[in-house]
This record gives sequence, C-alpha cells and structure tokens, in this order.
Amino acid sequence: MSILNKVIRSVVQVMPDQAPDELIASNRYLGRSINRLNGPDKVTGKATFTADYPVANLAHAALAYSTIAKGRITSIDTKAAEALPGVILVLTHENAPEMKVPKEFGDGSSNDAGTTQAKILNTDHVSWNGQPIALVVAETPEQAEAAAARIHATYEKEDCVTSFEAAIGDAKQPKAIMGEDPEVTRGDVEQALSQSAARIDLTFTTPPHNHNAIEPHACIAQWDGKDDLTLYDTSQFTAGVATTIAQVFGLKADHVRVVAPYVGGGFGGKGGAWPYIQLCALAARETGRPVRLAMTREGVFRIVGGRTPSQQRVAISADDAGKFLGFVHEGVTAQSTHNHFPEQFSFPPRHLYSMEAYRIGQKVTDLSRVANTFMRAPGESIGTFAVESGIDALAYELKMCPVALRMRNEPDADPVSGSPFSSRHMRKAYEMGVERFGWKSRPAEPRSQRDGDWWIGQGVATGTYPVYRMVTAARVRISADGTAVAQTSCQEMGMGTETVQTQHLAERLGLPMSKVRFEYGDSTLPYAGVAGGSSQTVSVALAVQEAGAKVLKELLALAQKDERSPLREANFEDVVAKDEGIFWRVSGGGESYAAILSRAGKDFVEADHKTGAPMELLKYSMHSYAAQFCEVRVHALSGEVRVQRWVGSFDTGRILNPKMAVSQFRGGIIMGIGMALTEETMFDDRTGRIMNPSLAEYHVPVQADIPDIEVVYTNEPDPHTPLGAHGIGEIGITGVAAAVANAVYHATGKRVTSLPITLDKLM
Amino acid sequence: MVKLRINGVNRQFDGDPDMPLLWYVRDNLEMTGTKYGCGMGLCGACTVLVDGKATRSCVTPMKAAAGKKITTIEGLHPKGEHPVQTAWRECAVAQCGYCQSGQIMQAASLLSEKPKPTDKDIDDAMQGNICRCGTYQRIRKAIHVAAGQVKA
Repeated sequence: MSILNKVIRSVVQVMPDQAPDELIASNRYLGRSINRLNGPDKVTGKATFTADYPVANLAHAALAYSTIAKGRITSIDTKAAEALPGVILVLTHENAPEMKVPKEFGDGSSNDAGTTQAKILNTDHVSWNGQPIALVVAETPEQAEAAAARIHATYEKEDCVTSFEAAIGDAKQPKAIMGEDPEVTRGDVEQALSQSAARIDLTFTTPPHNHNAIEPHACIAQWDGKDDLTLYDTSQFTAGVATTIAQVFGLKADHVRVVAPYVGGGFGGKGGAWPYIQLCALAARETGRPVRLAMTREGVFRIVGGRTPSQQRVAISADDAGKFLGFVHEGVTAQSTHNHFPEQFSFPPRHLYSMEAYRIGQKVTDLSRVANTFMRAPGESIGTFAVESGIDALAYELKMCPVALRMRNEPDADPVSGSPFSSRHMRKAYEMGVERFGWKSRPAEPRSQRDGDWWIGQGVATGTYPVYRMVTAARVRISADGTAVAQTSCQEMGMGTETVQTQHLAERLGLPMSKVRFEYGDSTLPYAGVAGGSSQTVSVALAVQEAGAKVLKELLALAQKDERSPLREANFEDVVAKDEGIFWRVSGGGESYAAILSRAGKDFVEADHKTGAPMELLKYSMHSYAAQFCEVRVHALSGEVRVQRWVGSFDTGRILNPKMAVSQFRGGIIMGIGMALTEETMFDDRTGRIMNPSLAEYHVPVQADIPDIEVVYTNEPDPHTPLGAHGIGEIGITGVAAAVANAVYHATGKRVTSLPITLDKLM
Repeated sequence: MVKLRINGVNRQFDGDPDMPLLWYVRDNLEMTGTKYGCGMGLCGACTVLVDGKATRSCVTPMKAAAGKKITTIEGLHPKGEHPVQTAWRECAVAQCGYCQSGQIMQAASLLSEKPKPTDKDIDDAMQGNICRCGTYQRIRKAIHVAAGQVKA
C-alpha cells in the first residue's frame, strides 16, 4: 500500500460516518419481489440484443486468427479470400490503417477498457495463438466467414513460454494487487506452523475458465462522417468502450456512442473493449458502410480472455481447540506478456479468519497466451476453493465439525487491517444454513454413507466477496406531468438492474413505479463504471439518490418562492418526498411535484450528480458472506459426481428484490458447480492454443446437472451502504467449488485438490 | 428454390440451399427472436419448431426445411400468451434472456409430446438448451406451471 493510501486511511478513521440511508427499511417497493420489467420482451423475442439491430446497407465482417503463439508473419495470402463472391475488403498488417493502442483496463477508477497492449493488425508480430491477423468484410456473414477461412499465413516462430506449469518458477510479485499489498504478513508464521496440535499443508490448482455467455460478442459500427461513431456492442461497460475506441481512432470521447440496452450475459467477459470492437469500427470506416462483426463461439475463445489458472498453497495450524495459529495462503496466477491483471486470489483469508501469525500473498507469471481477464468473482472464486478446502481438511485433522471450526475463528475486526466490519452476520448465515440443510444429522466420518453404488457426502464452505462502490454519475428529472426519469450509462446483463433501480427511484421520490423510468445502457448518458465487482446496484443507487436530492431541493426552492405553497416556510430538513410530491415530515401538509412545477410554469426540473470516492471502504472492512452447503453422490465404480442438494445462506446486506436476488445467487452457485466439476479451458502447452473452443468440449452445467437450489439470506441492512444493500452478482459462486470438493471428500475419503473434479481423479 | 411456411406465411427462398435456416429467419426475414449461440447445435439458443418438433435452426440447411412448417418465437402465439410464455412470465424465468426463446420453443415442443412431464422428462428434454445465467430451476417450475401441474 502506498504511503498516500496509508495517510488517507488514517484520516478517514476519524471522519464522521454518513447517516444511514433513510430508505434502509423503507418497503413500499424496495424489498419486494417485483417481476422483471423487461421479462415480457424476453419471452416473445422482442428484446433487441446487439446483433439484432436492423441497420440498412449492412456489411458483415469476420476475422482470421494466428496459429502460432509468438513470432513474425512472413507472408499472408489473401488472394483466395478476395476472389470470393461478395467480398468487399480484406485488411491485414500489410494494408491496415494505423490504430493507436488504447490504455489498459485499470482498477475500476478510470474509463480505460483496453484488454491488450499488443497492436491489432498494425504489426507483423504475433503475441498470442488466436490473435486476429486479418479482417474480412463481405455482403453476408457466410461470405465473410468463408473468405476468412481461406486466408493463409506463414510464420517465423520465436521461443516463448505457453505452459503455466513451466512458468511458475519465474513468477514475480507485482507492486500491488487491486491497490492492495501483494503480500501481508504478521508474526513468525513458520514457527506457528511447526508448534501446533494440528496442521495441514496442501497445494491446489485451478484451470483457466471461459465465461461462455450464450450471447457471443458482437458489434455493429456506424460512422457519421470521419469523427462520429455509433457502436452497438455487447458491453458491460458502455462508457469504457466509448473512451477506449476514441483512443484507438484519435476521436474525442464524446464522439463515440456505445449502445447496449440488452446484453446476453457477461460474467466479466464483456467488461473490456476486446479487439473485435475496434476491428468492426475500422471495417465500417474503410468500407464506408455500417458493419456487423458477430463473433463465432470459437472466435470468442480466441480473442476474449478468461480466468487465469492458479497454483495455491494453503498451510494452516491450530491448537487443540481449533484456534488458527499459523496461516499461509500463497501462490501464482498467470497474465499474458501483453496485459496486466494479477487476479486477487489471496484476498479471502485477509478478511475471513482470526489468525495469530500469517503470510498471505501472491505472485504472477507472464505467458504468451490470450490476455486473461476478470470472470465472476475474480480472486474470491478460486481463492475460496483453496482456503476453504484447506480448512475442511484441518477440521478432519482436529476431529472438529467444519462449521464449528470456522465459527471458532470468527474475528471481531478485520484480521489484517484491524478496521471494524461495516456489517457482518456470518454466524447468523451459518445458523440459518445449518438449520435449513439439516447439517446436524450429518455423520462426522467420511465414506460412511452409501446408497447402492453411490457414496453420499455433505460438505460446507464459506464464501465471501468485497463490497465495492464506484464513482458514478446520474441525472434525475421530475416533470410537470408527475413522472420522473433517472439516467446513467450503466448496464443490464440480466441482473435486474432496470427493475431494481426503477423500484428505487419510485421509492426515493414517493412516486408509483408506473410513473418512473430508468434509462441506461448508452454511453451518452451520465457516466457509470463497469458492471463489475458487484458494485453497480449501490453505485447507481447513490448517484440517483444524490441527484434526486438536488432535484427535490430545486423543487422546494420553487415552492418557497411561492406564497400559495404550503411549503413556503419549509426547509429541506423538514420535508420528505412521498405521495407524488413534497410534504412536511411532521404535519404532513405539502403538495405534488405537478402542482409545484405547473404553478412555476416549468415543464421539468433536472439535476446531474457525480458521487464522491468511496471513503467508507477505507474506514470499514466491507464484505458479503455466504455459507454454502452441498450434498453429492459419487458413483463407486465410475467416479461420477452428482450434486443432489444445495443450500446457500447469504449475508449480503438488505435484499432489494428477493425474486431477482435469488436468481443471482442461484446463477452463481450453478456456475460454481460447473467450476467444481466440469469447466476447464484446455491450452495446448506446446503451442498456447486453446484446444476446446466450443460448448461441445467446454462443459457448462445443463438442466440435468442442477438440482433445486435453496437460498436463504440474513437480510441484515448494512448501515454504511446505499439502501443498506450489497452487490450480489458474484458472492453466489464463491465457496461453491470448495463445498463440492468437501462433500466429495466426505462421500469418498478422497481430497481432490485440482479442479475440475473429474471422474479420473476419483477412480 | 426452397418453399416453406414460416409462422403461417408461405415463403420462397432462392439463395444457397445449404444456408442455415437460422440466417434466413434472422437476416432475410428480420425475425431476430431466434438467436445464434454456437452454430453447431450445442446450446439450443436457435431452437425453432419444424413441423411442431424442436429443431436447431443453426444446423438445419434451408433445403432440409423445404416443405416444412416452421414456427419461431414470434409465431408461437399471436399475443405472446402461449401457456409456456405465460408461465415463463409468472415464474420470472428470464435473466439476461438471450437463451430464452430457444428454451421456450423446446419446452413447447416437450409439452406437445408430453402434456404432463415429470422432472426427469424435463431434464431429458431441456438438457441441450444451455442457460449460462442458471435459470434451470425456474424453467423446471415454469414447465410444470404451463402443464397445469402446479401454480406459479
């Protein structure tokens, strides 16, 4: 941590808290299971996703990809492609106009969304196996794909490292991980490990994963002259894509508009401005036509990165009573030679357990592969697999219940920073989960339950994910017809953003939901950051709250100037927004927004507001928690693992819409079951090429894999967050792979330390 | 020349008979409710009904659709009130929504064959339709609701 950060942190400790949000318990709309507003459009085919936009005179683009990991293109033959019917243009490094390399995605505090420092098409140098080497534009998508397939390149290969295992020894400690220290230590951890009643020391590995949103990435680019560009894009970050593409083409940022009202799943994979976007814009500029570049499934694997592989060591020692004495969590992830993202797997234990002595840190190594990126719960998903498997193993060493062992080490304050927790109800989450799952009837002995050819076991693990809040701008407008609208450039990939923010706006302004509208998914609206880090709900809520307060103050000022207004004597502190207007808190008198505006002769009042930096995150340790309970059956002969029961118990602040929140939790758990049992992006270690770039060979969970999943939650509001809420998009996946692995151990007595837990590891 | 009937309208197609039906529906007819997800019949996002049976349009060449009756999500019910669509809304199944047209067409096909499906029938019929958001539990329930077996 930098000295400046340390100074700010110490100043923040003595700053007073914001008062809790006055809507923290308000429940006219908030806290209610309101159906998704765009649900009807999603069952009739009317929801317009990126590739669906009808654009006149559209041309279609396709890409050809490198087949070596590193080296130089010595020749590229485009004649066969150019000779095909319908082909309009073929661009390679030999004829592509210059594009600038955009700034890389930062820590979430800037608009930069570049994904690679490698030049795209503007170089004969190859940086990864799958890098775009040619761009084809044709009249139809089939013609473009057919032409791209006929492009042939020859290469001069260079030596490079494409195997993660081979590169682990070269790993280095980065300067910082998401602004945090790469390693934190306290006490003599080696001594603490050596002098204890019980200890475990295990090494875990997790493979690369790909997001595999069912909507493949796609873009439609349309230029208006040389300086104005509109992009329909499958984006989790409209403002970031606009900024990045403006950098690429040397445009002013506000001359690039990115539109994305419906996004067909993201999970992190659509957060960056991956190279297909700039290539689509280039194709449109060079042909003078609007161009669509709809990526193939294989193409997404080639140029959109996924989750890093990891190797993690977990060593924990405890006294007779289970108190953690020494705690080591350390290891290595990979990034590429052309990007920087050391995934933060070592974050979970920094905030989860009391520890006498610890060493928690991580290193990163560079590979000549496609750039890695964030994927649902980056860090915490793979980190909790290792840590929570290790704690389970220690529980067996101690002959303790794994739930009791965790509760024994529940801290009173953040174990590393010492900061107070803003809201932590881990014990309650565990109590609720234990009750619902029927944990107490579980036999302690592993390999002790059998049903025919199936071994049965139950496992548990803790999940955790930080609370993040990003600087966000919003505009709120209240109109004379008594309606209101809030606008921000944020995204909706199915989380329920539109619905929850509409609930929020109605509740905040005292209007019915039918009279408010939430507008989003367009970079020309006030700035919102990436829909990532489970930060969007609270980030947008605060911006809307503060912009709304400005509008209410302006409306009150209009009323104060008007002798006929019952509010003329009122100060802002005296009034409340309710019943479609502004009313005295105490006496209850007041008037409607429509009355104030019509008497003032105004059509509307509106205000923009940008929120301040999240100082509360420096003062408090702010996290969400989960207790994941799982029952598996493992076939005694084949090793097949089936998850047959699940209870997820969550402590994530106040739940704003139970129906949609439960979907987010379940979706995370299901992706976690995939991570536990089937998902793996397989790289050929010799060539750095992905060998399974399809849904036939990359196995995601399907209907038949998933039992009914029970979800319970503490619903305890966090007094230090907007609406008392936490983001919930990522917490669901955390702890899941460990819960499955722990249940597999309980069923079979075999501790599987490498994901996925495939049949061969249990034979 | 390929003649076929789509959502009750007779159509003629003069182009490449090897072109997948999905592109004809999406790009020629501009009915974009049917989605591309993999192009290999692996994910189910492109599912339409061919003579009433769920079929992957991304691997169905136009020549194989000749003479057939095709139903897409747009033609499932004139007001979007097919029992499956109604159940889907009541159960709030959709998350991102991208795979849902295919899920709904697959479910409609299942119910036309098995009006009262068991959980296993549903798992068997629906397992080729991938939902990465993880709506499976509500899909299972909504199919039972559409079948009149349970209430939403």
